[in-house]
Amino acid sequence: MSEHELDARRMLCPMPVIKTQNKVKELAVGDILNVICTDPGVLSDIPAWARINGHKILGHHDNGDEITVTVQVGG
Amino acid sequence: MTTKHKAIALISGGLDSLLAVRVMQEQGIEVEGINFYTGFCVEGHTHAIRNHDKDKQKRNNALWAAEQLGIKLHIVDVIEEYKDVLLNPKHGYGANMNPCLDCKIFMVGKAVQWIQENRKDGFDFIITGEVIGQRPMSQRKQTMPIVAKESGAEDILVRPLCAKNLPATKPELEGWIDREKMYDFSGRTRKPQMALAAKYGFTDYASPAGGCCFLTDKNYSDKLVDLWDARGTREYEMDDIMLLKVGRHIRPKPEFKLIIARDAGESKYLEGYRKQFVTIQVVSHNGPLTMVDGDIKPEDFELAAGVVARYGQGRDAEQVEVHIFVPGEDIKIMNIKPLSVDQVNEDWHV
Repeated sequence: MSEHELDARRMLCPMPVIKTQNKVKELAVGDILNVICTDPGVLSDIPAWARINGHKILGHHDNGDEITVTVQVGG
Repeated sequence: MTTKHKAIALISGGLDSLLAVRVMQEQGIEVEGINFYTGFCVEGHTHAIRNHDKDKQKRNNALWAAEQLGIKLHIVDVIEEYKDVLLNPKHGYGANMNPCLDCKIFMVGKAVQWIQENRKDGFDFIITGEVIGQRPMSQRKQTMPIVAKESGAEDILVRPLCAKNLPATKPELEGWIDREKMYDFSGRTRKPQMALAAKYGFTDYASPAGGCCFLTDKNYSDKLVDLWDARGTREYEMDDIMLLKVGRHIRPKPEFKLIIARDAGESKYLEGYRKQFVTIQVVSHNGPLTMVDGDIKPEDFELAAGVVARYGQGRDAEQVEVHIFVPGEDIKIMNIKPLSVDQVNEDWHV
Protein backbone atom coordinates (compact mmCIF):
# COMPACT_ATOMS: atom_id res chain seq x y z
CA MET A 1 0.00 0.00 0.00
CA SER A 2 1.40 3.43 -0.89
CA GLU A 3 0.28 7.02 -0.47
CA HIS A 4 0.02 9.51 -3.33
CA GLU A 5 -0.89 13.15 -3.86
CA LEU A 6 -2.86 14.82 -6.63
CA ASP A 7 -2.91 18.58 -7.22
CA ALA A 8 -6.38 19.69 -8.37
CA ARG A 9 -6.11 23.29 -7.14
CA ARG A 10 -7.96 25.96 -9.17
CA MET A 11 -9.87 23.30 -11.04
CA LEU A 12 -13.63 23.44 -10.96
CA CYS A 13 -15.78 20.34 -10.80
CA PRO A 14 -15.93 17.98 -12.53
CA MET A 15 -12.21 18.33 -13.37
CA PRO A 16 -11.00 17.30 -9.88
CA VAL A 17 -13.22 14.21 -10.16
CA ILE A 18 -11.87 13.37 -13.62
CA LYS A 19 -8.27 13.80 -12.44
CA THR A 20 -8.98 11.63 -9.39
CA GLN A 21 -10.66 8.97 -11.52
CA ASN A 22 -7.74 8.86 -13.95
CA LYS A 23 -5.11 8.81 -11.19
CA VAL A 24 -6.88 6.00 -9.34
CA LYS A 25 -6.67 3.85 -12.50
CA GLU A 26 -2.88 3.91 -12.09
CA LEU A 27 -2.97 2.85 -8.42
CA ALA A 28 -3.34 -0.49 -6.66
CA VAL A 29 -6.21 -1.59 -4.46
CA GLY A 30 -5.67 -0.21 -0.96
CA ASP A 31 -3.49 2.71 -2.07
CA ILE A 32 -4.24 6.12 -0.59
CA LEU A 33 -4.69 9.25 -2.69
CA ASN A 34 -4.76 12.76 -1.20
CA VAL A 35 -6.51 15.12 -3.63
CA ILE A 36 -5.79 18.80 -2.95
CA CYS A 37 -8.55 21.08 -4.27
CA THR A 38 -9.92 24.61 -4.06
CA ASP A 39 -13.46 24.02 -5.38
CA PRO A 40 -15.76 23.18 -2.43
CA GLY A 41 -17.88 21.17 -4.87
CA VAL A 42 -15.42 18.31 -4.39
CA LEU A 43 -16.90 17.66 -0.95
CA SER A 44 -19.98 16.23 -2.61
CA ASP A 45 -18.61 15.16 -6.00
CA ILE A 46 -15.57 13.07 -5.03
CA PRO A 47 -17.49 11.11 -2.36
CA ALA A 48 -20.36 10.53 -4.85
CA TRP A 49 -17.87 9.33 -7.45
CA ALA A 50 -16.19 7.08 -4.86
CA ARG A 51 -19.48 5.54 -3.72
CA ILE A 52 -20.63 4.54 -7.22
CA ASN A 53 -17.23 3.23 -8.25
CA GLY A 54 -16.39 1.24 -5.14
CA HIS A 55 -13.74 3.44 -3.50
CA LYS A 56 -13.61 4.69 0.07
CA ILE A 57 -13.33 8.24 1.41
CA LEU A 58 -11.12 8.19 4.50
CA GLY A 59 -11.78 11.83 5.31
CA HIS A 60 -11.22 15.42 4.28
CA HIS A 61 -9.43 18.45 5.66
CA ASP A 62 -10.44 22.04 4.93
CA ASN A 63 -7.97 24.79 5.89
CA GLY A 64 -10.15 27.58 4.52
CA ASP A 65 -8.21 27.95 1.27
CA GLU A 66 -7.69 24.34 0.27
CA ILE A 67 -9.56 21.12 0.77
CA THR A 68 -7.77 17.78 0.86
CA VAL A 69 -9.92 14.72 0.21
CA THR A 70 -8.38 11.35 1.07
CA VAL A 71 -9.46 8.42 -1.07
CA GLN A 72 -8.61 4.76 -0.60
CA VAL A 73 -8.67 2.77 -3.83
CA GLY A 74 -11.26 -0.01 -3.82
CA GLY A 75 -11.31 -3.33 -5.63
CA MET B 1 -29.71 -19.87 -19.59
CA THR B 2 -30.05 -16.46 -21.22
CA THR B 3 -27.04 -14.21 -21.77
CA LYS B 4 -27.08 -10.94 -19.85
CA HIS B 5 -26.50 -8.04 -22.18
CA LYS B 6 -24.69 -4.87 -21.34
CA ALA B 7 -25.05 -1.28 -22.48
CA ILE B 8 -23.19 1.97 -22.09
CA ALA B 9 -25.48 4.97 -21.51
CA LEU B 10 -24.80 8.63 -22.20
CA ILE B 11 -25.59 10.33 -18.88
CA SER B 12 -26.06 14.08 -18.87
CA GLY B 13 -27.53 14.21 -15.40
CA GLY B 14 -30.94 15.24 -16.69
CA LEU B 15 -34.20 13.37 -16.41
CA ASP B 16 -34.29 11.79 -19.87
CA SER B 17 -31.05 9.86 -19.58
CA LEU B 18 -32.00 8.84 -16.04
CA LEU B 19 -35.27 7.36 -17.30
CA ALA B 20 -33.74 5.77 -20.39
CA VAL B 21 -31.34 3.78 -18.21
CA ARG B 22 -34.02 2.70 -15.78
CA VAL B 23 -36.21 1.48 -18.69
CA MET B 24 -33.33 -0.71 -19.82
CA GLN B 25 -32.56 -1.92 -16.31
CA GLU B 26 -36.19 -3.02 -16.05
CA GLN B 27 -35.47 -5.31 -18.97
CA GLY B 28 -32.50 -6.88 -17.21
CA ILE B 29 -29.81 -4.98 -19.09
CA GLU B 30 -26.62 -4.24 -17.17
CA VAL B 31 -25.73 -0.57 -17.68
CA GLU B 32 -22.71 1.62 -17.08
CA GLY B 33 -22.83 5.36 -17.65
CA ILE B 34 -20.51 7.68 -19.53
CA ASN B 35 -20.43 11.45 -19.25
CA PHE B 36 -18.39 13.72 -21.50
CA TYR B 37 -16.96 16.96 -20.14
CA THR B 38 -16.56 19.55 -22.90
CA GLY B 39 -15.72 22.56 -20.71
CA PHE B 40 -19.07 24.11 -21.61
CA CYS B 41 -21.14 21.89 -19.33
CA VAL B 42 -23.33 23.82 -16.91
CA GLU B 43 -22.33 21.58 -14.01
CA GLY B 44 -21.52 23.45 -10.85
CA HIS B 45 -19.04 26.08 -12.03
CA THR B 46 -20.94 29.22 -11.29
CA HIS B 47 -22.28 27.59 -8.14
CA ALA B 48 -18.72 27.10 -7.02
CA ILE B 49 -17.75 30.70 -7.77
CA ARG B 50 -20.62 33.07 -7.07
CA ASN B 51 -21.71 34.11 -3.60
CA HIS B 52 -25.42 34.02 -4.26
CA ASP B 53 -25.18 30.40 -5.38
CA LYS B 54 -23.32 29.28 -2.29
CA ASP B 55 -26.47 27.99 -0.61
CA LYS B 56 -27.47 25.86 -3.58
CA GLN B 57 -26.78 22.21 -3.17
CA LYS B 58 -23.51 21.45 -4.88
CA ARG B 59 -23.78 18.23 -6.73
CA ASN B 60 -22.79 16.88 -10.09
CA ASN B 61 -26.05 15.71 -11.58
CA ALA B 62 -24.45 12.99 -13.69
CA LEU B 63 -22.89 11.47 -10.57
CA TRP B 64 -26.16 11.90 -8.72
CA ALA B 65 -28.09 10.16 -11.51
CA ALA B 66 -25.61 7.29 -11.59
CA GLU B 67 -25.97 6.84 -7.86
CA GLN B 68 -29.78 6.76 -8.12
CA LEU B 69 -29.49 4.14 -10.83
CA GLY B 70 -26.85 2.09 -9.03
CA ILE B 71 -24.49 2.20 -12.00
CA LYS B 72 -20.84 3.02 -12.53
CA LEU B 73 -20.11 6.34 -14.23
CA HIS B 74 -17.08 7.15 -16.35
CA ILE B 75 -16.45 10.88 -16.76
CA VAL B 76 -14.34 11.64 -19.79
CA ASP B 77 -12.43 14.86 -20.47
CA VAL B 78 -13.05 15.75 -24.14
CA ILE B 79 -12.11 19.43 -23.92
CA GLU B 80 -9.41 19.29 -26.60
CA GLU B 81 -11.30 17.07 -29.03
CA TYR B 82 -14.44 19.12 -28.59
CA LYS B 83 -12.77 22.21 -30.05
CA ASP B 84 -13.17 20.81 -33.54
CA VAL B 85 -16.87 20.16 -32.91
CA LEU B 86 -17.39 23.75 -31.81
CA LEU B 87 -15.19 25.40 -34.43
CA ASN B 88 -16.16 23.32 -37.46
CA PRO B 89 -19.66 21.95 -37.03
CA LYS B 90 -20.68 20.13 -40.21
CA HIS B 91 -24.35 20.66 -39.44
CA GLY B 92 -23.99 24.26 -38.25
CA TYR B 93 -25.07 26.06 -35.11
CA GLY B 94 -28.41 26.40 -33.36
CA ALA B 95 -29.81 29.72 -32.16
CA ASN B 96 -26.48 30.57 -30.52
CA MET B 97 -23.03 28.96 -30.70
CA ASN B 98 -24.49 25.56 -29.93
CA PRO B 99 -23.49 22.88 -32.44
CA CYS B 100 -26.07 20.49 -30.98
CA LEU B 101 -26.34 17.95 -33.80
CA ASP B 102 -22.58 17.65 -34.27
CA CYS B 103 -22.22 17.46 -30.50
CA LYS B 104 -24.62 14.54 -30.26
CA ILE B 105 -22.89 12.77 -33.15
CA PHE B 106 -19.54 13.36 -31.45
CA MET B 107 -20.68 12.01 -28.09
CA VAL B 108 -22.36 8.91 -29.49
CA GLY B 109 -19.22 8.38 -31.59
CA LYS B 110 -17.10 8.58 -28.45
CA ALA B 111 -19.36 5.97 -26.86
CA VAL B 112 -18.77 3.72 -29.88
CA GLN B 113 -15.03 4.26 -29.39
CA TRP B 114 -15.40 3.45 -25.69
CA ILE B 115 -17.06 0.12 -26.53
CA GLN B 116 -14.25 -0.72 -28.96
CA GLU B 117 -11.50 0.24 -26.51
CA ASN B 118 -13.10 -1.70 -23.65
CA ARG B 119 -14.00 -4.92 -25.43
CA LYS B 120 -13.17 -6.93 -22.33
CA ASP B 121 -16.13 -5.28 -20.61
CA GLY B 122 -18.49 -6.64 -23.28
CA PHE B 123 -20.75 -3.72 -24.05
CA ASP B 124 -23.39 -4.67 -26.64
CA PHE B 125 -25.13 -1.38 -27.35
CA ILE B 126 -25.51 2.31 -26.53
CA ILE B 127 -28.39 4.07 -24.77
CA THR B 128 -29.34 7.73 -24.96
CA GLY B 129 -32.24 9.64 -23.44
CA GLU B 130 -33.11 11.31 -26.74
CA VAL B 131 -36.76 12.07 -27.48
CA ILE B 132 -38.01 13.02 -30.94
CA GLY B 133 -38.94 16.68 -31.02
CA GLN B 134 -37.46 17.44 -27.60
CA ARG B 135 -34.70 19.69 -28.94
CA PRO B 136 -35.09 21.84 -32.05
CA MET B 137 -31.75 20.94 -33.59
CA SER B 138 -30.45 17.58 -32.48
CA GLN B 139 -33.55 15.66 -31.49
CA ARG B 140 -35.80 15.65 -34.53
CA LYS B 141 -37.24 12.77 -36.53
CA GLN B 142 -34.91 13.63 -39.43
CA THR B 143 -31.78 13.90 -37.29
CA MET B 144 -32.15 10.66 -35.32
CA PRO B 145 -30.83 8.50 -38.21
CA ILE B 146 -28.07 11.06 -38.91
CA VAL B 147 -26.76 10.66 -35.35
CA ALA B 148 -26.86 6.86 -35.64
CA LYS B 149 -25.11 6.86 -39.02
CA GLU B 150 -22.47 9.57 -38.62
CA SER B 151 -21.46 8.46 -35.11
CA GLY B 152 -20.82 4.95 -36.42
CA ALA B 153 -23.26 3.49 -33.91
CA GLU B 154 -25.75 2.50 -36.65
CA ASP B 155 -28.19 -0.12 -35.29
CA ILE B 156 -26.72 -0.46 -31.80
CA LEU B 157 -28.01 2.95 -30.74
CA VAL B 158 -31.16 2.57 -28.63
CA ARG B 159 -33.38 5.46 -27.51
CA PRO B 160 -35.70 3.79 -25.00
CA LEU B 161 -37.95 6.84 -24.53
CA CYS B 162 -38.93 7.11 -28.19
CA ALA B 163 -37.93 3.71 -29.60
CA LYS B 164 -41.45 2.91 -30.77
CA ASN B 165 -41.29 5.88 -33.15
CA LEU B 166 -38.06 4.66 -34.73
CA PRO B 167 -36.96 1.64 -36.79
CA ALA B 168 -36.09 -1.45 -34.75
CA THR B 169 -32.47 -1.65 -33.64
CA LYS B 170 -30.23 -4.70 -33.38
CA PRO B 171 -30.90 -5.25 -29.65
CA GLU B 172 -34.63 -5.37 -30.46
CA LEU B 173 -34.25 -7.61 -33.51
CA GLU B 174 -31.97 -9.98 -31.64
CA GLY B 175 -34.42 -10.17 -28.76
CA TRP B 176 -32.03 -8.70 -26.17
CA ILE B 177 -34.68 -6.10 -25.32
CA ASP B 178 -38.44 -5.93 -25.83
CA ARG B 179 -39.59 -3.08 -28.05
CA GLU B 180 -43.05 -3.22 -26.50
CA LYS B 181 -41.60 -2.30 -23.12
CA MET B 182 -40.08 0.91 -24.44
CA TYR B 183 -41.84 4.21 -25.15
CA ASP B 184 -43.12 6.49 -27.92
CA PHE B 185 -42.53 9.90 -26.36
CA SER B 186 -42.32 12.85 -28.73
CA GLY B 187 -42.45 16.63 -28.66
CA ARG B 188 -41.38 19.21 -26.14
CA THR B 189 -43.87 18.28 -23.44
CA ARG B 190 -42.24 16.89 -20.31
CA LYS B 191 -45.41 15.32 -18.93
CA PRO B 192 -44.72 11.73 -20.06
CA GLN B 193 -41.23 11.89 -18.58
CA MET B 194 -42.54 13.33 -15.33
CA ALA B 195 -45.16 10.59 -15.12
CA LEU B 196 -42.52 7.93 -15.74
CA ALA B 197 -40.25 9.54 -13.14
CA ALA B 198 -43.11 9.36 -10.63
CA LYS B 199 -43.68 5.69 -11.49
CA TYR B 200 -40.02 4.94 -10.79
CA GLY B 201 -39.96 7.08 -7.65
CA PHE B 202 -37.55 9.73 -8.96
CA THR B 203 -38.41 13.09 -7.41
CA ASP B 204 -35.24 15.14 -7.03
CA TYR B 205 -34.05 15.11 -10.62
CA ALA B 206 -32.38 18.00 -12.45
CA SER B 207 -34.31 19.86 -15.12
CA PRO B 208 -32.09 22.51 -16.71
CA ALA B 209 -34.32 24.76 -18.80
CA GLY B 210 -31.82 25.48 -21.53
CA GLY B 211 -30.17 22.09 -21.59
CA CYS B 212 -26.87 21.30 -19.98
CA CYS B 213 -24.55 23.43 -22.13
CA PHE B 214 -23.45 27.07 -21.84
CA LEU B 215 -23.31 27.31 -25.64
CA THR B 216 -27.11 27.40 -25.76
CA ASP B 217 -26.99 30.61 -23.69
CA LYS B 218 -27.06 33.84 -25.71
CA ASN B 219 -25.00 35.90 -23.26
CA TYR B 220 -22.33 33.26 -23.07
CA SER B 221 -22.23 32.83 -26.85
CA ASP B 222 -21.96 36.59 -27.33
CA LYS B 223 -18.94 36.68 -25.01
CA LEU B 224 -17.33 33.79 -26.85
CA VAL B 225 -17.76 35.48 -30.24
CA ASP B 226 -16.41 38.75 -28.80
CA LEU B 227 -13.33 36.90 -27.54
CA TRP B 228 -12.69 35.36 -30.94
CA ASP B 229 -13.24 38.66 -32.76
CA ALA B 230 -10.89 40.54 -30.42
CA ARG B 231 -8.12 37.98 -30.82
CA GLY B 232 -8.58 37.47 -34.53
CA THR B 233 -8.57 33.71 -33.97
CA ARG B 234 -11.07 31.16 -32.77
CA GLU B 235 -8.52 29.23 -30.75
CA TYR B 236 -9.32 28.98 -27.05
CA GLU B 237 -7.98 27.42 -23.88
CA MET B 238 -9.79 26.07 -20.85
CA ASP B 239 -9.13 29.24 -18.85
CA ASP B 240 -10.75 31.33 -21.61
CA ILE B 241 -14.01 29.45 -21.51
CA MET B 242 -14.06 29.37 -17.72
CA LEU B 243 -13.53 33.12 -17.50
CA LEU B 244 -16.48 33.74 -19.80
CA LYS B 245 -18.65 32.40 -16.96
CA VAL B 246 -17.25 34.87 -14.43
CA GLY B 247 -17.84 38.57 -13.86
CA ARG B 248 -19.06 41.56 -15.81
CA HIS B 249 -17.22 41.84 -19.15
CA ILE B 250 -16.48 45.34 -20.44
CA ARG B 251 -14.36 46.09 -23.49
CA PRO B 252 -13.38 49.81 -23.53
CA LYS B 253 -10.94 49.21 -26.40
CA PRO B 254 -10.64 46.42 -28.95
CA GLU B 255 -7.27 45.35 -27.51
CA PHE B 256 -8.40 44.56 -23.97
CA LYS B 257 -11.36 43.56 -21.90
CA LEU B 258 -12.05 44.06 -18.20
CA ILE B 259 -13.52 41.15 -16.25
CA ILE B 260 -15.01 42.78 -13.16
CA ALA B 261 -16.00 40.48 -10.30
CA ARG B 262 -19.64 40.81 -9.28
CA ASP B 263 -19.19 39.60 -5.71
CA ALA B 264 -16.59 38.37 -3.23
CA GLY B 265 -16.82 34.83 -4.58
CA GLU B 266 -15.86 35.96 -8.08
CA SER B 267 -13.10 38.21 -6.69
CA LYS B 268 -11.67 35.20 -4.90
CA TYR B 269 -11.82 33.16 -8.08
CA LEU B 270 -10.04 35.87 -10.11
CA GLU B 271 -7.31 36.04 -7.45
CA GLY B 272 -6.06 32.78 -8.91
CA TYR B 273 -5.15 34.57 -12.15
CA ARG B 274 -3.06 37.36 -10.59
CA LYS B 275 0.27 35.83 -11.56
CA GLN B 276 -0.73 35.56 -15.23
CA PHE B 277 -2.81 38.67 -15.91
CA VAL B 278 -2.88 42.38 -15.16
CA THR B 279 -5.34 42.99 -12.30
CA ILE B 280 -6.88 46.19 -10.99
CA GLN B 281 -8.22 46.92 -7.51
CA VAL B 282 -9.65 50.05 -5.89
CA VAL B 283 -7.99 50.24 -2.47
CA SER B 284 -9.48 53.41 -0.95
CA HIS B 285 -13.00 51.96 -1.04
CA ASN B 286 -14.54 48.51 -1.22
CA GLY B 287 -14.60 47.29 -4.76
CA PRO B 288 -14.31 44.24 -6.96
CA LEU B 289 -11.12 42.69 -8.23
CA THR B 290 -10.81 43.15 -11.97
CA MET B 291 -8.78 41.11 -14.40
CA VAL B 292 -7.56 42.48 -17.70
CA ASP B 293 -7.78 40.08 -20.62
CA GLY B 294 -5.81 41.19 -23.66
CA ASP B 295 -3.10 43.71 -24.33
CA ILE B 296 -3.48 46.83 -22.21
CA LYS B 297 -1.02 49.72 -22.77
CA PRO B 298 0.14 51.96 -19.87
CA GLU B 299 -1.67 54.90 -21.49
CA ASP B 300 -4.94 52.98 -21.05
CA PHE B 301 -4.47 52.35 -17.32
CA GLU B 302 -6.38 55.49 -16.35
CA LEU B 303 -9.33 54.58 -18.55
CA ALA B 304 -9.40 51.04 -17.17
CA ALA B 305 -9.08 52.26 -13.58
CA GLY B 306 -11.91 54.74 -14.14
CA VAL B 307 -14.20 51.98 -15.37
CA VAL B 308 -13.28 49.65 -12.51
CA ALA B 309 -13.88 52.43 -9.96
CA ARG B 310 -17.37 52.86 -11.39
CA TYR B 311 -18.24 49.40 -10.01
CA GLY B 312 -16.95 49.94 -6.46
CA GLN B 313 -18.38 51.74 -3.44
CA GLY B 314 -16.33 54.82 -4.29
CA ARG B 315 -18.23 55.36 -7.54
CA ASP B 316 -19.53 58.76 -6.38
CA ALA B 317 -16.29 59.91 -4.74
CA GLU B 318 -14.24 62.76 -6.17
CA GLN B 319 -11.16 60.60 -6.15
CA VAL B 320 -10.29 56.98 -5.44
CA GLU B 321 -6.97 55.20 -5.13
CA VAL B 322 -6.51 52.37 -7.57
CA HIS B 323 -3.69 49.83 -7.69
CA ILE B 324 -2.71 48.18 -10.92
CA PHE B 325 -0.80 44.93 -10.66
CA VAL B 326 1.27 43.95 -13.67
CA PRO B 327 2.90 40.53 -13.17
CA GLY B 328 6.61 40.94 -12.45
CA GLU B 329 6.44 44.72 -12.03
CA ASP B 330 5.98 47.16 -9.13
CA ILE B 331 2.42 48.11 -8.23
CA LYS B 332 1.20 51.17 -10.11
CA ILE B 333 -0.72 53.54 -7.89
CA MET B 334 -3.26 55.93 -9.43
CA ASN B 335 -5.61 58.48 -7.93
CA ILE B 336 -8.47 59.01 -10.33
CA LYS B 337 -12.09 60.07 -10.51
CA PRO B 338 -14.45 57.17 -11.28
CA LEU B 339 -16.20 57.34 -14.63
CA SER B 340 -19.86 58.31 -14.53
CA VAL B 341 -22.62 56.03 -15.79
CA ASP B 342 -22.73 57.96 -19.07
CA GLN B 343 -18.98 57.68 -19.55
CA VAL B 344 -19.11 53.87 -19.49
CA ASN B 345 -20.29 53.42 -23.04
CA GLU B 346 -23.16 50.99 -23.48
CA ASP B 347 -21.32 49.40 -26.42
CA TRP B 348 -18.45 48.43 -24.13
CA HIS B 349 -20.63 45.87 -22.34
CA VAL B 350 -20.03 42.45 -23.84
